[in-house]
Amino acid sequence: MADIKKIATRDSYGNALTEIAAEHDDLIVFDADLASATKTGIFKKAYPSRHFDCGIAECNMMAAAAGASTMGLVPFVSTFAMFAAGRAFEQVRNSIGYPHLNVKIGATHAGISVGEDGASHQCCEDFALMRSIPGMVVMSPADDVEAKAMVRAAYNYHGPVYMRFGRAAVPVIHDADNYTFEIGKGEVLMDGTDVAILANGLMVAEAVEAGRALKDKGISACVVNIGTIKPLDEALVLDVAKKCGKVITCEEHSIIGGLGEAVSSLLSEKMPTPVRRIGVNDEFGHSGPAADLLKQFGLCADHIVEVASQFVG
Amino acid sequence: MTFEEKKQLMATACKVRMGVIEGTHAAKSGHPGGSLSAADMFTYLYFKELNIDPKNPHWDDRDRFVLSKGHTAPGLYAALALRGFFPYEDLKTLRHIGSYLQGHPNMNETPGVDMSTGSLGQGVSVASGMALAAKYKNKDCRVYTLLGDGEIEEGEVWESFMFAHHYKLDNLCVIIDNNNLQIDGTVEEVMSPYPIPEKLRAFGFAVKEINGHDFDEIEAAFNEAKATKGVPFAIVMKTTKGKGVSYMENQVGWHGKAPNDDEYAQAMSELKAQLAEVEAM
Repeated sequence: MADIKKIATRDSYGNALTEIAAEHDDLIVFDADLASATKTGIFKKAYPSRHFDCGIAECNMMAAAAGASTMGLVPFVSTFAMFAAGRAFEQVRNSIGYPHLNVKIGATHAGISVGEDGASHQCCEDFALMRSIPGMVVMSPADDVEAKAMVRAAYNYHGPVYMRFGRAAVPVIHDADNYTFEIGKGEVLMDGTDVAILANGLMVAEAVEAGRALKDKGISACVVNIGTIKPLDEALVLDVAKKCGKVITCEEHSIIGGLGEAVSSLLSEKMPTPVRRIGVNDEFGHSGPAADLLKQFGLCADHIVEVASQFVG
Repeated sequence: MTFEEKKQLMATACKVRMGVIEGTHAAKSGHPGGSLSAADMFTYLYFKELNIDPKNPHWDDRDRFVLSKGHTAPGLYAALALRGFFPYEDLKTLRHIGSYLQGHPNMNETPGVDMSTGSLGQGVSVASGMALAAKYKNKDCRVYTLLGDGEIEEGEVWESFMFAHHYKLDNLCVIIDNNNLQIDGTVEEVMSPYPIPEKLRAFGFAVKEINGHDFDEIEAAFNEAKATKGVPFAIVMKTTKGKGVSYMENQVGWHGKAPNDDEYAQAMSELKAQLAEVEAM
């Protein structure tokens, strides 16, 4: 896969905001002194009067965005996932979620691929926190193409949305010319019958690579991108679970409260199916290069192949 | 303000206070103390200050009011009902299952409520975001928000004050109800926010200190607020918690407790007497 183009989804986010802003005056952006990192700086350069830096004060930022949305604007609010979902959780819950306001949270630097900054900044709990808020849409794109389409879908949707973007460059696996995105719809990337591998975010490219390796080992994997964690594409999950009889979930998130738990809950109630969850195993991360950390925490194709082989074998 | 206008406001304030007692008595819970301390402010806002239309609560160009101290919803609801947003009799459904009058304000259920609040410190941030958006959209509407003096112990409040000054939100008017009491005691005993005006000035606000039970002072403060350009405005109003009901005044225990039947009868009789006195003026 050496010749495949890699782009960080935070860059996709900044570029998509800038594109959509050209068409819609009601799109404004709030950031908390991280515009250069969240890439809302790309938007700021193009539309300085529509970018509002809130300083290092995320709680006020979330509630201020809620206020702006009641005035008919569509605020996109950005900071690192740790502060968007973590520090400002209660503002998101009470001032955005409870009144179901039209605020879009673009959280970046999620998961352990934040790398060298270490555990204090490696948010592996954001899906869990945001999923627990009634009416909140929770999404995590696999690549540049999906990320851009997701930002546009979030703009067009009326209601609160949480999107998670990554710091690290990830392979572009979609063909932009033949791609459509719909909130709440998963996507079968590789068909198979022995095991269903459901992934999101940077784990999608790993799952595809694992699917190819498994094929060489004679295991037929059905690889599915679940870009929207909430609302979950229940029909698709049940369909592939029924077809394969075994399900593996892969996410750069705690195994508690994220995709793995959403899928397990659905299956245990509607179609009991053996599940293996690949994610961060209820532990904190630590400093190191992103690629090394992902391997160390088993968030890589090799580990998916290992788990799938044992599971199916 | 003419004598007749002031008399009318004083009479309405008595009725707002009666609405607070009706609601909390019927709910057997709720927060009468801070609702009563702010009753004159609620009255002035909804009967004189705010540019609103009860027949069209979602009118785009209306002034906004955010009750940052959301627990004093009984006072807000009474003012809204008297102003014609919904029937006064419905105040008795406060906090009941199925009622649109939730324990804390819900913008999606109650006509006239501009923001859902209740978790302290957030409403003022929301109001500053509204004021920012109004400027972005070149709207002339103004944004008002009412906070408790205990509420400003929340750090987010000071984040929002920095934001309001940074973005020169002169269309924002912050009102602080300085009744000096919070749940665990006086604000000085619990966690002193004093000196409030000096802190606000240090955060870049133009500040007016008033008696929150005097309509002339309230009017003068709002006029000054509207004339102030380039910086946000704050009104720090000294009030009496529980104002208008003798046994509740300055009693910390009446922060979040409803009157029982006997207490209800006494409160209503006192307020009716005050109303009769005003009407005889």
